[in-house]
Amino acid sequence: MNITADLQSLFTWNTKQLFIFVAAEYETPRNSLNQVSLWDAIIPAKEHAKFWIQTANKYRFIDQGSNLRGKKFNLTLHWHVMPKTGRMFADKLVMSGFRLPDEHR
Amino acid sequence: MGWIAEHVESIKSMKIRDTLSQLITLGMIVSTALIIWKALMCLTGSESPVVVVLSGSMEPGFKRGDILFLHMSEAPFRAGEIVVYNVEGKPIPIVHRVIEVHEQENSGKVDILTKGDANPVDDRSLYAYGQNWLKPQQIMGRAVGFVPYAGWVTIIMTEKPIIKYMLVGALDSAGETYLLF
Repeated sequence: MNITADLQSLFTWNTKQLFIFVAAEYETPRNSLNQVSLWDAIIPAKEHAKFWIQTANKYRFIDQGSNLRGKKFNLTLHWHVMPKTGRMFADKLVMSGFRLPDEHR
Repeated sequence: MGWIAEHVESIKSMKIRDTLSQLITLGMIVSTALIIWKALMCLTGSESPVVVVLSGSMEPGFKRGDILFLHMSEAPFRAGEIVVYNVEGKPIPIVHRVIEVHEQENSGKVDILTKGDANPVDDRSLYAYGQNWLKPQQIMGRAVGFVPYAGWVTIIMTEKPIIKYMLVGALDSAGETYLLF
């Protein structure tokens, strides 16, 4: 998984850190909506907000029992602005069109 | 010596009115605090609209002693939200982030998994015995705002009750001295 992002504009005088995570969203016959977090990180300062990383997922992509083979899913990058004090807010960017391989362990 | 006797006389004669007056003031302060608390409960829809962070599991975002403002709404829970929830049999609610949501449209059944930002693993070990997922009914509210360090007063007063007594004692004697003028 490759991520290139520039989140510097989210840092203000009141921003303590950014909590970002990537979640996969998909449907199964059993559950109409599933969201599973695959990776997260904390960005403590503006200097670190422009980055490129390549990692395997931090958390396992498993579903409540059903088959994930060949499943289509959306990947969403969420960011959560945690302030030094006051109101918190969050936003996200949705990227759709991913698909799990038809064959896997 | 006469001066001391005079003083004692004046204190004794004002004693009853003083005490009543203090009791009423105290009563008014407590009622006001209660009204504000209940109003907050109505406004935010949460049974506990303000909570103090007691553990370090959400660091560096929230530290022990911070205060969180909660809000509850009918909106469905989504990954990334910071929620405060109760576990059956445990007295203290937990503040962590939702990392997984599994929703069934038809039955309305929702399973939620949470994890503290600073914890290496998810919260399954904190849930009740045999419980693998959180239910939305267990969640008291979402964290929408916070103030750092402001909760230390509550933590100190809970963990070291002597401070609470000292504080009340100090306020009491300060009040008495003021009224004597």
